[in-house]
Order: sequence, then structure tokens, then C-alpha cells
Amino acid sequence: MDLNYSVEEQAFRAELRLFLAEKLPPEMADAVREGRGLGKEDYERWHAILNQRGWLAPNWPREFGGCEWSAVQRHIFEEECARAHAPRIVPFGLSMLAPVLQKFGSKAQQDHYLPRILSGQDWWCQGYSEPGAGSDLASLKTKALRDGDHYVVNGQKTWTTLGQHANWIFCLVRTDPTVKQQAGISFLLIDMDTPGIEVRPIILLDGSAEVNEVWFSDVRVPVENLVGVENKGWTYAKYLLTHERTNIAGVGFSQAGLAAVKRLARSQQHRGRPLIENPHFAARVARVEIDLMAMSTTNLRIVSAAAKGQAPGVESSMLKVKGTLIRQEINDLARRAAGVYAMPFASEAVLGSNEAPIGPDGTAAVAAQYFNNRKLSIFGGSNEIQRNIIAKVKLGGER
Amino acid sequence: MNFELTLERQMMQDSLRRFLSDRYTTQMRNGILDSDAGFSADIWAQLADLGILGALFAEEQGGYGGAGFDIAVVFEELGRAGVVEPLLDSAILGGGLISALGSADQQKLVEQVIEGSLHLAFAHGEPASRYDLQHVETTASQQGDAVTLNGCKAVVVNAEAAGYLITSAREFGAPRDEAGISLFLVPKDAPGLSMRGYPLLAGGRAAEVALDKVTLPVTARLGGAGAGYPVIAERAAAASVALAAETLGAMETATALTRDYLQTRQQFGRPIGSFQALQHRMADLLIELTQARSAVINAAGHLSAAPRLRDLHISAARNLVARVGRLVAEESIQLHGGIAMTQDYALAHIAKRIVMAEHRFGDADYHLETFIDLTA
Ligand SMILES: Cc1cc2nc3c(=O)[nH]c(=O)nc-3n(C[C@H](O)[C@H](O)[C@H](O)COP(=O)(O)OP(=O)(O)OC[C@H]3O[C@@H](n4cnc5c(N)ncnc54)[C@H](O)[C@@H]3O)c2cc1C
Ligand SMILES: Cc1cc2nc3c(=O)[nH]c(=O)nc-3n(C[C@H](O)[C@H](O)[C@H](O)COP(=O)(O)OP(=O)(O)OC[C@H]3O[C@@H](n4cnc5c(N)ncnc54)[C@H](O)[C@@H]3O)c2cc1C
Repeated sequence: MDLNYSVEEQAFRAELRLFLAEKLPPEMADAVREGRGLGKEDYERWHAILNQRGWLAPNWPREFGGCEWSAVQRHIFEEECARAHAPRIVPFGLSMLAPVLQKFGSKAQQDHYLPRILSGQDWWCQGYSEPGAGSDLASLKTKALRDGDHYVVNGQKTWTTLGQHANWIFCLVRTDPTVKQQAGISFLLIDMDTPGIEVRPIILLDGSAEVNEVWFSDVRVPVENLVGVENKGWTYAKYLLTHERTNIAGVGFSQAGLAAVKRLARSQQHRGRPLIENPHFAARVARVEIDLMAMSTTNLRIVSAAAKGQAPGVESSMLKVKGTLIRQEINDLARRAAGVYAMPFASEAVLGSNEAPIGPDGTAAVAAQYFNNRKLSIFGGSNEIQRNIIAKVKLGGER
Repeated sequence: MNFELTLERQMMQDSLRRFLSDRYTTQMRNGILDSDAGFSADIWAQLADLGILGALFAEEQGGYGGAGFDIAVVFEELGRAGVVEPLLDSAILGGGLISALGSADQQKLVEQVIEGSLHLAFAHGEPASRYDLQHVETTASQQGDAVTLNGCKAVVVNAEAAGYLITSAREFGAPRDEAGISLFLVPKDAPGLSMRGYPLLAGGRAAEVALDKVTLPVTARLGGAGAGYPVIAERAAAASVALAAETLGAMETATALTRDYLQTRQQFGRPIGSFQALQHRMADLLIELTQARSAVINAAGHLSAAPRLRDLHISAARNLVARVGRLVAEESIQLHGGIAMTQDYALAHIAKRIVMAEHRFGDADYHLETFIDLTA
């Protein structure tokens, strides 16, 4: 064991820092640091900058145009991007769909879709959940009936993150209603411009409009858009979910969030002293920092093991639960650090405007973020579902 | 000991609960939240007609209540329904300060508050004061019959609707001294007063208020020069009873919604409430909620006790309610899953009321420290 970064790894970090200093637009970094909502163009712009440098797909194999970075390199990349307040990379195409296509897609699908994901030509969203099928994903009802060389899709998806920007959606659909639930599901790629698709925004409790309902009525999808084998979609869906969960640990986000809490606590006064010196607040910050230090290593241990070919199973569930709890605790600390200035409502609209936000630097979005990030323990398979998985494996002796 | 409400309070609770459950629906409330005023004048008038504002004042102040338990009963119901109307600001704070300190002339304003025709705001907190009541940097200087105020006030709730801002300012001493703070009745349109208004995350509105050479007659002072602190502390204690009771009511709603949801939401072919993992968490919420109710009772029952004993119970209640509040809000959202995250669902607003109450008159840590100071 050696907990030090190698010379190569340190050089890699230096290279990244230089790149971020040169290429990350400062106004974009400011927006991220202040918790202002980013628009579609911002995400696309950052995506293009990374693609130009060839650093867009850390987890993809080289043959598909990826970086094929080691676990440690990916960790460094995540850390440095968060530290520099880079926008998050929208994961649906790059780190969810792409691994599925690379493993289960046809050659034609790989050749067509993967380059378009890299170039940013396609914006993907994830059509898994339905109103009646949340945790119980396999009970989904959206139907796809074969009609010649098309599937005809009817039903409703919900919670579709950033679906309003997407031109493609990957969906789980029921192709055989007569068999056991998991056995009748297929994985379908659907062009959002197809007639019969309607996207309706859902406003979340912080006023943001980042999720949507997606309705399908008689939507005709060519059969070549089926991934893998008909009725085997559940296998691919589960494969995708382990990728979704590994990214959900969010160590980089937590590190950046913790730094922001400390910055804020240094600038805020509490009983005539800087808040950072208050023993109760400081103890809370220290506790979460200690958790985060261990989390960072847990993350590296699990991701390295996965890179050596050991499938991330129950460990990705552990990362998800602990990683999200840490992020949420940091959000809570930021909210408290802001004191009375947590109270003003900073809507996306207000934050996107030129008007100066209310309150000292770094306070405007903290309460909204605290509420918005309650989602972290709900989506991607809720924390309860992850605990069920952990318990089932560890108690039931399954593997 | 007797833990029953008096008959009068019981009747008030019943009529307020009935009124709010009929009128203050989620749809109605969402309309109010979206409105420019941030509250409903119509609801305000009806609350006044019901005598709810009067219940927050003692008989000699023109009301028929005013004790800790009156405040707790009213605010628990307001919290249960997620009411955003500024009763705390106009009545408990503004009206309460005037009736405690005001001259006979000034007291007349309280009648207007009770009948619902006058709004008030308490312009006390400042950008650097956080939750410290004695931290006042705004200055007041008297010359002859005039007093001039200079300074900034932070997150003044209900400032835009208020006819008067009850404004604290220092006449002598250092920024963190208890002595030297006075209160002034500042008309909203006083020359030199400017405000930047904005909506609050949990409903209602506030403003950043700037006082630039605001000159008033000395008769605008409430009570003696530099002697405002004890009354400010007393009203902050009353506000804390109100906030704790409001949060208790909101927690009742959050847990009730969650319990219903656990019984109806089907996943894996059965109600999610049949999973023991969730049952135990619901049980824990109910245990904590029972504790929170006791803490609110302790605080309400000690509101008129000597300051030290009063503040000990107030801080105990605010700390406990803040901790339980965070737990209830977060667990209620979690047990609902995605639906609780949507603005249109009642829980979203209730959860925000619960959590954001912590940001008025001291959060969990602030009250923990106060409690330690008073018990060490
Ligand atoms: C902001 C946001 C963005 C999202 N983005 C997407 C997206 O882009 N694409 C997509 O397809 N989906 C998305 N989702 C949906 C997300 O995956 C679901 O919300 C999640 O799977 C939970 O489902 P549910 O909300 O229906 O909750 P439910 O399944 O109804 O669960 C309610 C509660 O019961 C618990 N529970 C359920 N079953 C069990 C059990 N067996 N044991 C113990 N506890 C249980 C849950 O953990 C939860 O606490 C998003 C959700 C949110 C909130
Ligand atoms: C110091 C001590 C003094 C005692 N004195 C007396 C005495 O004077 N007279 C007497 O008769 N008995 C006495 N008891 C026994 C006591 O009542 C039992 O220990 C108790 O009922 C639990 O039983 P158990 O220890 O067999 O644990 P188990 O019943 O085996 O339980 C083990 C664990 O599983 C949990 N568990 C069990 N069932 C469920 C379920 N359905 N759902 C969720 N969790 C579950 C339990 O809560 C516990 O955490 C005493 C025990 C102790 C430790």
C-alpha cells in the first residue's frame, strides 16, 4: 500500500490544473460556485471544451474514443474539476448509456451513437421511472408493441432529468406483458422529435425546473433502436444502474462544498467572532470532513477494485448511501452558516439575472441547494433500496 | 398539574383549525406564495374577524389572551396549515413591542393591529448580528426634539406591508452592549428610509432596509432611551414560543401526510408502509414529535417566568424543535420519494416552513450555546 500519488499522477494533476485555469470560462466557474442554475448552452460549451482536449470520457475504452483513465486518474480529474468549479458533465449519454451500448449495443449502434455523444450532437435523458414504478422499477407499464419494423410506444415516464434539453431518450419499455415482470422489459432508444411525444415540466420545491414528465402516445420507433435482445432489457438496465451509482458518490462535489462552507464560515460573524471558530459549528464541519476523507479513500478502493475486473456490486450501493449522506450534511452546514441570509428565495430566474443576490457572497443559493439535494438520497435507487441490496447480499450470502 | 387546554383556548383552537382546513388549502396557499404581496389580505381580515390577532394580546392591551399558551395554540394551528401570513411580525413582535413600551398615544396602534388594519415589522437584525439580539450597530442621535437614525437592517420580514417599522438603534455603548439600545416607531415612508424587498424561500416577504439620516421626533421613541433590550429579549422569547409551536404544527402535518402516504403508496405489490425499515422510521418520528410537543409546552409555560428561567426553557425548546424539525422534514421527504420534492405537493411547503423556522431568532447551535451558558 502506498497512499502517496505517484510522480505521474502528480504530473497529471498539474496538467489538469493548467488546463482548467486556461480553458474553464471564469463566468461559468462563478455561476457554479454561486450555485446559479446553468443553461443548456453552458453545459454544451463545457462539453465541447473537454471533448476538444479528449477528456470527455474518462471511463470509456480507447477504441471508442475514451481516455481509459485509471481509477486514480479519474478521481484526480473529479477532484480538480470540482475544485475549479467546473460544471458537472451531464451523465446520461456519457456515463450511463454509453457503457450499455459499448457492452450490449450492435456495431451499427456503437458507430452511430457513440461519436454523437462525444460531439454533443445528441443530448440523452433517462426514461426509467414511471408514476407507479419508482423503487419498483420492474413494474413499469409503458408498452412497446411490435408493428412490422417498428415498435409502437404508449405510456408515461416521469422525473426525467433535463429532458427539456434532450433530443434522445433511452427507455425501459414492456414488450411482453405475459411473463414475469423482469423478463418482459426491453431497452429502447427513442428520438424525442418523433410525433406523439410530449414533455411537461415538473417544478421542484426549490423552484427549479430540472425534471419532466414525458408522455408517449402511439410513438413509432424503428426496431433497429432496440438495444441487445428483446425482453432482455432488465439486464442492461441493471448494468447501467451500477454505473449511475458509482458516479453518485460525488466526492469532488463534497470537497468543493466543504471548502465553500469553510469560506462562508470564515466570513460570517457569530457572537462577535468568525463562525469558523465557533466550537459547535467547527465540530460539525470537522466531523463531516473526517467522513469525507475516509469516503475519498473508500471511493478509490472500490473504483480500483472495479477497474481490476471485480464487479462493483454491493460496494457501489455503499458509495451511494454514504456519499449522498455526506453531501447532504454539507448542504445543511452551508444553510446554517448563512444564518438569516438563508431565508431569501433565490429562484433560478433571480440567480440567472444580473441583479445582485441578497446577502453576503455565497449565501444566496444555500437553502435552495439544501432542499434540492434531498433528491440525492431518493434517485438512482433510493438509499433504502441500496440498504436492502447491502443487507440481502451480506445477510443472505448472495453475491 | 393539568395538561388540558382551557375551554376558551380549546374553542379558539377548534375554530381556527376549522377555518384553516376549509379555507387554507394547498391550492389557495400556492396562489398566495406566487402573489406579489406574499400574503392574502382577505385571509388576514378573516383571521382578525375570528379574533386570532386579539388572542395574541392580553386584556389590558386590548386583546383576550397573550400568554404563552395562547401563542402556542394559535401558532400550532398556523403551522399545521402552513400559513404564511405575518402574524409573528405584526402581532407578536410589532404589536407586542408597542404594547410593552408605548405611550398611551402609541398604544392606539395596537388596536389597529388587533382589528387587522395595520401591519408592522420589527427591523432589528443587521448584516453582522446573525442571531445576537444585543448586536446593534445602527445609531440614533438626539438633537433637541429630533432623533436621527443611520444604519442597515437585514431580512426585515413583512417590511413592505408594514405601516411602521419598529426599528432598533443604539443611543450609546458598544455594538454588542445590552444597554444603549432604543426602539423607534419609524413610518414606512419616512424620508431617508429605503428598502429592497424580496420573497422568502418558505413564503412571505422581507426587505433589506437602509436608514440614511432618518429623522424622527423624539416622540417616536418607544419607552426610555437605551432601555429597549429587556423587552426585545422578552418579545424574542415570545417569538420563539410562536416559532416552536408553529414548527410543531407543521411537523404534525408532515408526519400525518407521511403516514397516509406509507399506507397508500404501492411498490413491489404492497403498501410501502408494510416494510419494517420504514415502519421503524415512522415510529421514531412519532417519538420525537411527542418530545417536541413537551418542549413547546415547557417553553410556553415559562414565557412569563424570570428571564433566566424563561430563556433556559426557550432555548431548550428551540434546540430540540430544530433538531426534530430537521429530522421530520428530511425523513418525510425521503419516505415519500420523488413526489415530496415537487412544489405542488403540500409537503414541499410544509417541509420548508419547518426547516426555515430555524433561521429566525436562533438556530439549533445558537440555542444550544445559550442553554449551556444558562445551565453551566
Ligand atoms: C430530482 C429527481 C430526478 C430524477 N431523475 C430521474 C431520471 O432522470 N430518470 C429516471 O428514470 N428517474 C429519475 N428519478 C426517479 C427516481 O429514480 C425515483 O424517484 C426513485 O427511484 C424512487 O422512486 P419514487 O420516487 O417513486 O419513490 P417510491 O419508490 O414510491 O419510494 C417511496 C419511499 O419508500 C421507500 N421504499 C420503496 N420500496 C422500499 C422497500 N422495498 N424497502 C424499503 N423502503 C422502500 C423508498 O426508499 C422511499 O423512501 C428522479 C427523481 C428525482 C427526485
Ligand atoms: C439485563 C436484562 C435483564 C432482564 N431481566 C428479565 C427479567 O427479569 N425477567 C424476564 O422474564 N426477562 C428478562 N430479560 C429478558 C428480556 O426481556 C429479553 O432480553 C428481551 O425480551 C429480548 O429477548 P432476547 O434477548 O431473546 O432478544 P431477541 O428476541 O432474540 O431479539 C434480538 C434482536 O432482534 C430484535 N427483534 C426481535 N424480533 C423483532 C421483530 N419482530 N422486529 C424487529 N426486531 C426484532 C430485538 O429487538 C433485538 O434487537 C432481561 C434481559 C436483560 C438483558
